[in-house]
Amino acid sequence: MPASSTPSHETAARTTSHAEGQQHPIRVYLVVWFWLFVLSACSYLVDYVGFEGYLRWGLILVFMLLKAGLIMAVFMHMVWERPALTYAILAPPVVILVFVAIMAIESDYTALSRMTFFSGGG
Amino acid sequence: MGETTLNGFGAKPARPSGLRGLAADWASDQRAFKSASWGKAMMWIFLLSDTFVFSCFLLAYMTVRMSTTLAWPDPSSVFALHIGGADIPLILIAIMTFVLISSSGTMAIAVNFAYRRSRGLTVLFLLLTAVLGATFVGMQAFEWTKLISEGVRPWGNPWGAPQFGAAFFMITGFHGTHVTFGVIFLLIVAAKVWRGEYDRGTKGFFTSRPGDYEHVEIMGLYWHFVDLVWVFIFAFFYLW
Repeated sequence: MPASSTPSHETAARTTSHAEGQQHPIRVYLVVWFWLFVLSACSYLVDYVGFEGYLRWGLILVFMLLKAGLIMAVFMHMVWERPALTYAILAPPVVILVFVAIMAIESDYTALSRMTFFSGGG
Repeated sequence: MGETTLNGFGAKPARPSGLRGLAADWASDQRAFKSASWGKAMMWIFLLSDTFVFSCFLLAYMTVRMSTTLAWPDPSSVFALHIGGADIPLILIAIMTFVLISSSGTMAIAVNFAYRRSRGLTVLFLLLTAVLGATFVGMQAFEWTKLISEGVRPWGNPWGAPQFGAAFFMITGFHGTHVTFGVIFLLIVAAKVWRGEYDRGTKGFFTSRPGDYEHVEIMGLYWHFVDLVWVFIFAFFYLW
């Protein structure tokens, strides 16, 4: 692809004083802020109401991921960055899930050994 | 108009977007992060490494909690406060969560005002963020004092699995340290904005890089990350 910059692109770059500075309407931040409060209240209510088991863990994870997503996407401007940066930052932490799986298997084994050999202690 | 400056604020020709853009940006002999300046990209990479640090702490906590044969202390009652004649479960942590989320909001607004070049409002919201951050650390100090006076130690506690104390002090301690450093840097950035160093492009005392309002956004990235980590700690340590 030839790197010819058309006049329209040059004007677009010149009209914003910072072509790469992240400037967005303040309303976007206020809406996200509001939703972060709502989601935090919801996750607190999960404990307050006293849900148990998979319902509790599922709700905790859903609210956690929604909050984390909103903070990263809007407050940290990830949705407005190019994929080169987004993938470089978001892809590596996925490996942590493999680590989680390994350690979950390992701790199950440890717990089982403790129950077998040190019943009542450890 | 074709030059690329160190902080990346030069004019650029049109570039492909989406997956094609990803491949094009990572292709050789060029700067990979077209939309992020050097400073911003480095902050993101630092935050990525910090993600791994906190992940290791949370993983260690998962491992000890899953492998212990003793009952794990119930965070809901451990972190309850006695207010108005009743024990309200987890209330202190809920308030801390709201304080930190509020500080994230004020930080986002400070970044917005910084790019609008309104110095006074930027300083105001940066200081507000710092005050909320300091409040958070203060509440954490209160929480630690309460738990220590109740007999929680890294090697034991009155309620169950002894690993509870180690995980608690390590995870919240490391997070609190991050908040503390964030507050210090918020005050430094606020002072720089107040003195107009980002308007004049004064060189920084440590990095010698010319001052730029983008530094407020980079400070914001760190601050939002601290909030982000708290979201995970709140979910996994306090609520699980």
